[in-house]
Amino acid sequence: MESVTKQIADWRLATGRFGQRKVFDLAAVSVRELNQYLHKELPENSLPTVVVNNPDGAHSIAAGMNALVDIEINGHVGYYVAGMNKHARIVVNGNAGPGAAENMMSGLVRVRGFASTSAGASARGGLLVIEGDASLRCGISLKGADIVVGGSVGSFSAFMAQAGRMVICDGAGDALGDSLYEAVIYVRGEVKSLGADAQFEPTTDTDRAVVAELLAVAGFKHDPSEFRRVASARKLYHWNAEAGQEY
Amino acid sequence: MCGIVGLLLKDPGLRPRLGELMVPMMIGMTERGPDSAGLAVFTEPVEEGTYKISLYTGEQVVDWKGLLQKLRMAIDAKFDVVTSGNHAVLTSTASPSIVEAWIAEKLPQIAVLSIGRSIDLYKDIGAPADICKRYGFAKLQGTHLVGHTRMATESAVTPAHAHPFTAGHDFCLVHNGSLSNPHLVRRKLEPLGIEFETDNDTEAACRYFEWRLREGDDLKTAVQRGFEELDGFYTFLMGTDDELAIVRDAFACKPAIVAETDDYVAIASEFRSLAHLPGVHKARLFEPKPQEVYAWKV
Repeated sequence: MESVTKQIADWRLATGRFGQRKVFDLAAVSVRELNQYLHKELPENSLPTVVVNNPDGAHSIAAGMNALVDIEINGHVGYYVAGMNKHARIVVNGNAGPGAAENMMSGLVRVRGFASTSAGASARGGLLVIEGDASLRCGISLKGADIVVGGSVGSFSAFMAQAGRMVICDGAGDALGDSLYEAVIYVRGEVKSLGADAQFEPTTDTDRAVVAELLAVAGFKHDPSEFRRVASARKLYHWNAEAGQEY
Repeated sequence: MCGIVGLLLKDPGLRPRLGELMVPMMIGMTERGPDSAGLAVFTEPVEEGTYKISLYTGEQVVDWKGLLQKLRMAIDAKFDVVTSGNHAVLTSTASPSIVEAWIAEKLPQIAVLSIGRSIDLYKDIGAPADICKRYGFAKLQGTHLVGHTRMATESAVTPAHAHPFTAGHDFCLVHNGSLSNPHLVRRKLEPLGIEFETDNDTEAACRYFEWRLREGDDLKTAVQRGFEELDGFYTFLMGTDDELAIVRDAFACKPAIVAETDDYVAIASEFRSLAHLPGVHKARLFEPKPQEVYAWKV
């Protein structure tokens, strides 16, 4: 649980440094200007809360962050919001397009609406919270981040996920956790089907504690014991030449 | 990559503004499709026994008055024409197949883009904003439309390869994605007497669905059958005289978002093409689920 605890610490640190607000209206300035400010022009001390208005589905908003700063985006965003995020705490007060928080390294990303395909893809660290539903391939190739989805996830979610945790408060589509490595999925609702080599496993106190902590950080109130654990059966780890191959 | 846009106006009061509301949608999809753009607009149907034929003349300068005279002499029917750049909509009381055959024989440089009682079709190569301006899209009126911006990946950039594709009467389709078995589909359809105009993958899907509709399927049934027959990635947006329908393949690789209010249904590949619409922030926004057919009637 180290990663989550550390995230909360980061979050408090950031909160302590909030000062003034710096507002960008994307109806008037470009995403390039916004991102240039976020990448290169943030003041060294007394970081402002950066507010982004009228995103209107623009791509790559607050992608490539590398600063402990709070960013609030008021509206719907397009592809790759908060992609590659490091340290920043980014809230989208709307829906997100494909690849939200993809390749995130650390920090917190919260999408208050729904997230399109491949949310949190390949994310190595940090926490992604999606309050609504996530579309297909949520957490594909997850490499260590935590993802909490308030609604359901689409098919092929957590495909080849290597490390990290996914908590899904509603159900999942087809092939959940296909070819899973060592990431663990906790799912509360109905799973249409599990992917190859994914299996339901009994939950332990440790699992329930993980779920409880992630739910608490994400702000969802569910009973952790309602979640089922999905993890790798590890049968694909070694090539089985004896197995009947069907293509 | 390509961009798709669709708009169906439930509120008749908005219908004079169909084109004006659509133009920013199409321009919003420029980055997804900078090389060609096209639009099918559906109006109230012309009277029974009359048909509209959308024509494209390319670089050719056509003497439309002369054409009308020749048509009137050759075919005993009423003809009228409204031109817009190198596009024209020919209205006639003659059987459209006779008119089409006559054009193919006498004026093969003119392409027939669409036939129907509701549909008008425009498509060309160039940037979406230029095409919107070239054909005065902002002034178009009607009940619903299907539009497309193209970034070609599998066949040439020509006006004929631009979307929408049409088949039969009052039917069109646009496509974001790529099909992997268009030639197989084509080899199934050609022996049935269905002719193809291009080597474009989307044309195969368009002719497949139109064939199913003629065989008696409704749009939903035709699309269900398509899940078995059409292999590849797709978001298809289809228009008929009274319906707009969207479907995404099982993997939903190609994006789509719908905004529905009491006044309209607007569809685009991305939200950025919907952001300008009146009341969109109060609209019901959703992404069509894979292999689920969504359809709206006028």
